[in-house]
Amino acid sequence: MATVNYDIELRRAGANATRGWRKYAFMASRHVLGTIGLVIMVAFVLAAIFADLICRFDPLSVDSVHALAAPSAVHWMGTDSFGRDVWSRIIHGSRISLAVGLGSTALGGSIGVLIGLASGYLSGWIDLVFQRVIDILQALPLLVLALVMTAALGPSLQNVIIAIAIPLVPSVARVIRANTLALRELPFVEAANAIGMGEMRIVFRHILPNTLAPLIVLATAQLGSAILTEASLSFLGLGIPEPYPSWGRMLSESAAEYVRVAPWLVIFPGIAISLAVFGTNLFGDALRDILDPRQRG
Amino acid sequence: MLGYIVRRLALMLITLFGISVIIFVLLRIVPGNIVDILFDAAGYVDPADKANLERDLGLDQSMVVQYLHWIGGLLHGDLGYSYVSEKPALDEILPRIPITARLAGLALLFSTAIGVPLGVLSALKQGSRLDYLLRAVSLSGLSLPAFWLGLLILMASVSLFGTMPLYTPNPQSFGQAIAIYCVPAMAVGFRSAALVMRITRSSMLEVLRQDYIRTARAKGASESTINFRHALKNGMLPIITVIGIEAAFLFGGLIVTETVFNIPGIARFLVEAIRWRDYPIVQNLVMFCAVIVVLANFTVDMLYAVFDPRIRYTD
Repeated sequence: MATVNYDIELRRAGANATRGWRKYAFMASRHVLGTIGLVIMVAFVLAAIFADLICRFDPLSVDSVHALAAPSAVHWMGTDSFGRDVWSRIIHGSRISLAVGLGSTALGGSIGVLIGLASGYLSGWIDLVFQRVIDILQALPLLVLALVMTAALGPSLQNVIIAIAIPLVPSVARVIRANTLALRELPFVEAANAIGMGEMRIVFRHILPNTLAPLIVLATAQLGSAILTEASLSFLGLGIPEPYPSWGRMLSESAAEYVRVAPWLVIFPGIAISLAVFGTNLFGDALRDILDPRQRG
Repeated sequence: MLGYIVRRLALMLITLFGISVIIFVLLRIVPGNIVDILFDAAGYVDPADKANLERDLGLDQSMVVQYLHWIGGLLHGDLGYSYVSEKPALDEILPRIPITARLAGLALLFSTAIGVPLGVLSALKQGSRLDYLLRAVSLSGLSLPAFWLGLLILMASVSLFGTMPLYTPNPQSFGQAIAIYCVPAMAVGFRSAALVMRITRSSMLEVLRQDYIRTARAKGASESTINFRHALKNGMLPIITVIGIEAAFLFGGLIVTETVFNIPGIARFLVEAIRWRDYPIVQNLVMFCAVIVVLANFTVDMLYAVFDPRIRYTD
């Protein structure tokens, strides 16, 4: 596996600094779309952290007098059929999307890394068994597996995270396994072996760090699809339960029947989902260009 | 080659067996079975009636017996009975397949017809404004939730025509038939089109860098010969893979799209069956879905050998 010297790459690309903020400023100027994606992601994280400060209304408080109010100076994005402020619900909804996105990507990624390392480094029957498990998990579309799993586990935030994490495991395990197989044959692993380093230490200190670049690229891509899947599950009524303000759930309440009477209930949650996923996709693409130049298109 | 195919088929069977066990167990750890749901709705009911119903449905037997009963039936073409409608599961599932198949076929057609040409265009004009625009469009295609796109289309049609393209089993006119199938197909196929476009672009760029393209140019081949006969033809493999995988995984997108457009296909049926804990329907539909995925993967692998004579599967 060819390792990339980022400093040399940067100099070659015309950067006049390889560290400090000027390095990042240079990279941002080279990857405008990726920077936009990063800004969108940071904005959503900030919205999730400071949700209580940003909103004037409680996302859960019902106000039947002002039900289905059109967007106005008071309710920027209108209110839903219970009179709840849509803007507050969208801002608070970013907490759920972020929790599910990060939670399931981290959980699925960790399981995938462990399986990938074990199956690539140890080979033998462990590899065979894990390969079959991965085949099985990959034989169902993400949404179908997640649907059946949420149905089995019951609707709650924690269970939705698990249900989305498991289908994400196979692709991580495959990438890590392939990288481990290649790395295992390299001289530095042989050297570590020769000086009597323990297997666990070789795997976690020497092999794992060298698989980080493709792992980060993959995890960013999965973050987007995890957010999308949570939205789809909640839209179908099998994801995050009421009364939590999940973006997908907001659309299911407002679906077809509100298309005529209250279009703001359809438009704004959809924009929130699309923007969040678009941001992660833009950022993920730029990351792939930077960290995995062989795939650059 | 034959040995490879036999080995692949054996692995496919193992995968399907694994799926069947996982789905079966998952559905049985669900808190509350159909009997509980029916009786909860009815209020207090004699426990003896409940035990009777559980026995009728075979829910009192051990999981292993229930599993063997299901798989045994499956191999004979007997999928059991729907708990909700009490009709044979096969009669419930079969009529819905053509509806979903039509949607999926149209969606794939749409995504290939849009994705491949735009991807080629994007690659040939690499770095231009058109390329940036097309890449942004394809990235947005991967970011828009299919159900939201469907809702937006419904909204647009309400404001433009005053009505929605709602599903009817017997369309009155050709135009109506187009509307009720093509519109949802486009909503679900937009994502696949975006994916096909991205892969086509990167595959074309990869091939255009090769030495034989320079050779072709040096010997004076026309640009269109180079682009299509040399580049696109050699870049087809990844494109075929993506289309094949999308064909198998379209089911996920169809679930939400059929729900939005109120189309009675098998994808929406799966969600309904899950809500009702209608085990026979859910487990058979999931198996159906797995069979499609496994067959699609197999077909893609076989097409590899057809499109790239260098690939020979050895035993």
